[in-house]
Amino acid sequence: MKKFQISSFLSQLLLLFFVILWIIPTFGLFISSLRDKDLLAISGWWTSLTTTKVNEIYRMSGMTEQIFEDGFFVVRGSLFEDNSGKKIETFGITSKNINEFVVGEIASFKDNSQVTVNEVGEYIWKSEKEFTKKKGKRLFITALSPPSFTFDNYKEVLFKEGIGQAFLNTTAVALPSTLIPLIICSFFAYALTWMKFFGRDTLLAVIIASLVVPLQMSLIPILTIYNDFGALFGVAAKSYPGVWMAHTGFGLASTTFLLRNFIKSLPIEMMEAAKVDGASHYDIFLRIILPLSIPAFASIFILQFLWCWNDLLVGLVFLDQVPSEIILTAKLKELLGSRGENWEILTTGAFVSMTVPLFIFFALQRYFIRGLVAGSVKG
Amino acid sequence: MDVLNLFFIVFLGILLFILYFHISNSILDFYGKKTDRRYNFENSIRVVIFIAPAFIVLFIFILYPVFETIRLSFYDKFGREFVGFYNYRWAVNDPEFQRSILNNLGWLLIVPTLSTFFGLVIANLADRVWWGSIAKSIIFMPMAISFVGAGVIWKFIYEYRGPGDTQIGLLNAIIVSFGYEPQAWLTIPVWNNVFLMAIMIWIQTGLALVIFSAALRGIPKETLEAARIDGASEFKIFFSIIIPYLEQTILVIWTLITIIVLRIFDIIFAMTNGEWQTGVLANLMYDWMFRGGGDSGRGSVLAIVIMIGVIPILAWNLYKHRQEQKI
Repeated sequence: MKKFQISSFLSQLLLLFFVILWIIPTFGLFISSLRDKDLLAISGWWTSLTTTKVNEIYRMSGMTEQIFEDGFFVVRGSLFEDNSGKKIETFGITSKNINEFVVGEIASFKDNSQVTVNEVGEYIWKSEKEFTKKKGKRLFITALSPPSFTFDNYKEVLFKEGIGQAFLNTTAVALPSTLIPLIICSFFAYALTWMKFFGRDTLLAVIIASLVVPLQMSLIPILTIYNDFGALFGVAAKSYPGVWMAHTGFGLASTTFLLRNFIKSLPIEMMEAAKVDGASHYDIFLRIILPLSIPAFASIFILQFLWCWNDLLVGLVFLDQVPSEIILTAKLKELLGSRGENWEILTTGAFVSMTVPLFIFFALQRYFIRGLVAGSVKG
Repeated sequence: MDVLNLFFIVFLGILLFILYFHISNSILDFYGKKTDRRYNFENSIRVVIFIAPAFIVLFIFILYPVFETIRLSFYDKFGREFVGFYNYRWAVNDPEFQRSILNNLGWLLIVPTLSTFFGLVIANLADRVWWGSIAKSIIFMPMAISFVGAGVIWKFIYEYRGPGDTQIGLLNAIIVSFGYEPQAWLTIPVWNNVFLMAIMIWIQTGLALVIFSAALRGIPKETLEAARIDGASEFKIFFSIIIPYLEQTILVIWTLITIIVLRIFDIIFAMTNGEWQTGVLANLMYDWMFRGGGDSGRGSVLAIVIMIGVIPILAWNLYKHRQEQKI
């Protein structure tokens, strides 16, 4: 019994190790997307979770803020914005010695003006002579900064970087690309299961073969068709309907296969009975098959929707890379190239692109897993 | 295009297909019910209505392209003149192609194996602890994320800053804290492939995990308990009972991930774009679809090489299907 407990403890430890290893990358991205973009560029995201020491440079206000008080010209102000929560430990007035003074001490500049800073960043800068410069002098501070997070990156990414538009575009690609195959494949799967016609078995074999045919086999011929279509009718085929049909084509085999497996498992007696009562195939499909297939539809919907939402290649080849058509993944890839150093944009953009899949994942995980398992058993 | 317009088109597109099925079938129902003699005729029309859209799409997007790609591989870059095996000879002698083939083989060897292995181990571990389902959820989560999204996540981990600068990439921060020099991971040839594969393993382990979890539930509890009472160690149980029991599942998962890995494109396209010797066939093919105005001959050859990789799996699936039909 004791031995079993030790192995159980080891199991837990090992599993915990895997879980941490798997969650850290996504967690880091999420934390980073919520950080101030300047901090993000100079410190690791893991430092943002605890109170950290930061070195910062601020400039005091200049002549316009000065008042005359007790024989001195005085400039008062605050280095931080309200509620920053930062606590200053030391400060300095030259870049050579940024920790020269402890907070509260008085520091003298070369022009005999004096400055002091308190813990929360309020400074008093005094001089006997009038201040004549528009800009104030620089202060170098070392402060303890508590964890702080902001939604600024999201505002910037959604509205300025075009991720918001790309999000809409991806939705406009993914929804029909999921529903159209679901509609046409449910009829197809029904016919393959319950209707008798010449070549049915061959067609089924073709579907099973198509399951594994790589997308790449279709790219060049279809791109040619699309280009010819555009030249012939004067409308660009590289557009939303074009990409819907491409996704429909590439998802057709697996959708049909999964639906057929499901429909085949339904009791045949029900259909026979309905037929005797004079129901047509369409009646049977609408009144019996459709209501019974809702769980299967849910699984297949999720699989195909995630596939279309996350796709890059199809959207890259069959859509123009212009703001009104570019999809999220293509936009992200573009940003990786053009804004490779702006991690606040990349992390936030990536997280925006993940919101819908993650929502579906957590809300409908049961159906997602069911679909995957059903698809894998044979495929 | 504004939002309303966009969603109007989306709605219209979907509605079109629903209307097609509903109107055509309703008309047929209306005329079909009038006379019984037409029953056979009605049935064959019905079959056409049911399968036509799917069949047309299947034909245009899968069947025709497969044969067209094979044809194009024997033609010049514009698809006009027959050039025999010229494109194939080019491929065999092209250093980029050779590099891609090697990389693809590396991916095929490492990713499915490790994903399956991790999936199996984690499924077993998660089965014994009370928080197993939470653990499974977390490890499964990357499956929902796009390859490009995963690319950004991992590029951030691999981020490189010069020695002396603060490292903001986790991997380099760890390396530096142990006193080593930071590395630009994605630019070190050969090894950078492994760093890219890690991303795929991170994603696909979840797939293996959920399928194994489902399969583990199928192992009879009595067998496991009997083995424990007989004093078998957990290791012994794992290797002598669980692994043999899951043999079929292991094979299925392995092939499933192999198919996905064979056409891997997004991760490499987003992370390195095939530079620093990380290119694979799918990337090279995409490149040749557009390089120099596009070369449909070379692109097609590359597609066919990818296709050849799945042919054994295809044949096996068809064989299994025929066995089932016989029963």
